[in-house]
Amino acid sequence: MAEMDTSGGGGHKKGPGVKKAKKMSTRVDLTPMVDLGFLLITFFVFTTTISQPTAMRLALPDDKVKTEDQNKIKQSGALTILLGKDNNVFYYEGELLPDATNFKPSNFKDIRDVILNKKQQADTNLVVVIKPNDESTYKNFIDILDEMSINVVKRYAVVDIAPVEDELIRKTEGEPETPKQ
Amino acid sequence: MGRPKIARKSTTVDMTAMCDVAFLILSFFILTTKPKPSEAVPIQTPKSVANKFVPDKNFLMVSLNNEGKVFLSGGDNASDVEKKKNMLQDINQRNNLGLTPDEIAALTKQPFIGVPFSQLKQQAHLPLIQINSKLPGIPCQDTTNNQMTEWIRAAVGAYVGGHLDLILKGDNVAKYPVFKNILTAFKKNDQFKFQMVTNQANVPEGTDLYKENMSRSKSAEM
Repeated sequence: MAEMDTSGGGGHKKGPGVKKAKKMSTRVDLTPMVDLGFLLITFFVFTTTISQPTAMRLALPDDKVKTEDQNKIKQSGALTILLGKDNNVFYYEGELLPDATNFKPSNFKDIRDVILNKKQQADTNLVVVIKPNDESTYKNFIDILDEMSINVVKRYAVVDIAPVEDELIRKTEGEPETPKQ
Repeated sequence: MGRPKIARKSTTVDMTAMCDVAFLILSFFILTTKPKPSEAVPIQTPKSVANKFVPDKNFLMVSLNNEGKVFLSGGDNASDVEKKKNMLQDINQRNNLGLTPDEIAALTKQPFIGVPFSQLKQQAHLPLIQINSKLPGIPCQDTTNNQMTEWIRAAVGAYVGGHLDLILKGDNVAKYPVFKNILTAFKKNDQFKFQMVTNQANVPEGTDLYKENMSRSKSAEM
């Protein structure tokens, strides 16, 4: 008598046939609690994965070592990668020709194939020379170092860019912009 | 007239078990998360396939933000804080900055150093809320006035006999020349090894490194 009618409107339709009043169930609907639980789980899952920075190791060469002691790289195995602004990548194999015909533009997607090709060709002689110019960003630099570890290039060096090469990059980068103006 | 009675099954599912699991996982994640240290200088680090984690002690971190400003910070356990204090005393003496012991203690407590030598005295009196990326940063733009060299020298002196990890944390859009100047500062102090903070990325499938990793894990299983 003191119990509440929990069966809702449907209960009345049963009419006099219903003899016993329903016993109150002790069960609680846990659905919202589970919802909340999973919401928090998703939150924590996302926050944990984000704050896991890794470190990339880099060893620098000693500039004080005399030039005679340094290893001369074989031109046949050399690949020079130049980094410009707006994520532009340029490369040439061996030595830069005076007419710059072997100077080719590329991008971060295609450079992997270039490195792999060169790696197959040059085998153990492979040396990648990385020359970032002043317009390139830190991200570009990390990306190219990453490319070295992805392609398992054992020998690579970061070298200051030569004025001739810088000039070439600026010229090539300037070209697509001029028609717009 | 006797229609077979079909027992109506309730559609409600017992949620208790699911609830248990949910909260078990939840408590696991809560306990394993380390609260991310609030960063006064926001830096978007690039991604790389490097899989070594950044050390959490005995390190000196050089941060390079998107505007090319350079900040210096250390670890926050007791020995690192002590070393930072020694560094500051060293810098103070060599450059005749005239910092009082109180000011040095204040600078040690602050999360990072972000001013040229001449302004260290002012930074010591700044409230914590003003220690942010608005500070001018440590000058290392040109090779003539590369104060980073001095800082690294002081750090190497403070950590002498112990282990020091140099960590460089650069922003995606930071320009390469500033980065090169920091490298010059490292080189001048004969520090040729350092680490760069990156976000972890997966190794692309089919590449040489991927194959190498696969073969390594296979041989480990055998």
